[in-house]
Amino acid sequence: MTRSHRPSPSTTLGTLFGATLVGLLLLPLVALALSSSLDDLRAGFAHPLFAPALWLSVRTTLVSLAVTVVLGTPLAWWLATSSTKLSRVVAVLVELPIVIPPAVVGVALLQTFGRQGLLGPALASLSIQVPFTPIAVVLAQIVVASPFFVQAAANAFRKVEPDAMIVARTLGASRSAAFLRVAVPIALPGLAVGASLAWARALGEFGATLLFAGNMSGKTQTMPLAIFSALESDVQLAVVFSLVLAGVGVVLLAGIRLATAFSSEGG
Amino acid sequence: MTGWRASVRAHVGDFSLDVELAGDGGVLALIGANGSGKTTFLKAIAGAIPTDAAEIVVGGEVLESTTAGLRAPIDRRRVAYLPQGYGLFPHLSVLDNVAFGLSTGPNKLDRPTRRKRAQAMLDDLGCEHLAPRRVRGLSGGEQQRVALARALVLEPRLLLLDEPLAALDATTRRSVRRVLGEHLATFQLPAIVVTHDVRDVEALDAVVAVLDAGKVVQQGSLDALRQAPHSEFVAEFVGA
Repeated sequence: MTRSHRPSPSTTLGTLFGATLVGLLLLPLVALALSSSLDDLRAGFAHPLFAPALWLSVRTTLVSLAVTVVLGTPLAWWLATSSTKLSRVVAVLVELPIVIPPAVVGVALLQTFGRQGLLGPALASLSIQVPFTPIAVVLAQIVVASPFFVQAAANAFRKVEPDAMIVARTLGASRSAAFLRVAVPIALPGLAVGASLAWARALGEFGATLLFAGNMSGKTQTMPLAIFSALESDVQLAVVFSLVLAGVGVVLLAGIRLATAFSSEGG
Repeated sequence: MTGWRASVRAHVGDFSLDVELAGDGGVLALIGANGSGKTTFLKAIAGAIPTDAAEIVVGGEVLESTTAGLRAPIDRRRVAYLPQGYGLFPHLSVLDNVAFGLSTGPNKLDRPTRRKRAQAMLDDLGCEHLAPRRVRGLSGGEQQRVALARALVLEPRLLLLDEPLAALDATTRRSVRRVLGEHLATFQLPAIVVTHDVRDVEALDAVVAVLDAGKVVQQGSLDALRQAPHSEFVAEFVGA
């Protein structure tokens, strides 16, 4: 890729503003990295809250990611290829959780799956309890994170030439074969970016989880909630947990960048 | 039987198409202004769009008959469709593009056989050297030949070409036009070719049908059109 030389709009003031924001974004991370010694790290990893929270975060985010991709991919395809009023309405509805505060999502989930909630009696009659269980953790992650995947996936699918799909069908591919063997591979870099974004969002999910799933170590306490708990008793421990989550975030971002680079190289 | 006939009524948004055409083993050139329904007609024959009423028979087989309540699905018609941009699959190599139709659906073959067949078809079209390449780096003429190979390897009964030369520069267009004419003659395949260029009609030795606002307004040989052009558009097209 070549960058054209555009006349730079930056003035001294502009540079100052930009640098201030970059500083604001980076400084906390630097502070975080600087405030832990190796001994702190060792102590943090050995703490009884650490392993269960990390393991729960990994398990629940993998499940929520799988559900998001399986349910979200066909939806994204429909949103990308349909031009009906209904699809436009659904596109807006799917984006709602992005603008609704996570705490509100948590309360809304309680009002849906809680004992007194919309589906409460039906679930109770089946002896299924959702709030304050790992299922609630997964549900909260799906609700807050899946819109990021669906949006990115729909954008990726919009780049698939409709004619290529028609040709695939005339060559004998069934509807699903054309989708899986033509549309999905072409959109794959975009799908990967969407999945990474959704995973990162699920990994950091806090508010909705706290309200809907609670904060029980080994059961519903994910890494962000463990940071919250640690902060009350041992700041150093919270710092170590935060470093681990930040590290995972950096790895995910690198993954997204790689996928995007691959995507633009592939056109 | 190598001929085809198609009577199609369809609408796309506000546009409506009402066309009845037939062809023998040769090439029918479909001409007309943009938006006259040429592409819609091809897509209807391919089974890519729903029709309001249609009677489509290709090679003696009824593909669609509203009166008989029959409609063969798009993946079972054995009608090859080459869209204007060729519709090649950018994530596959040239060889895998050509082998695609042999890897799925009714023509599915095992991997070694289909690769051999695809390679043989590329050989036939004189582009065997392209086999391992990615589609993205191909020239327009190469893309067109690959798309043609991908269609022909399935031995279709009818070839639908939507402006096959439009994306090429003038020099390439001349040579590809000649190559295309030779291939259509070699494979003895009936074809419908949408074009804006009278030289295509000449090179492919085609009969012409003129579409205007979704209807056939004139059809016949190039000579017949030259002698009595139905409209200014036709006169301009044939250079009368």
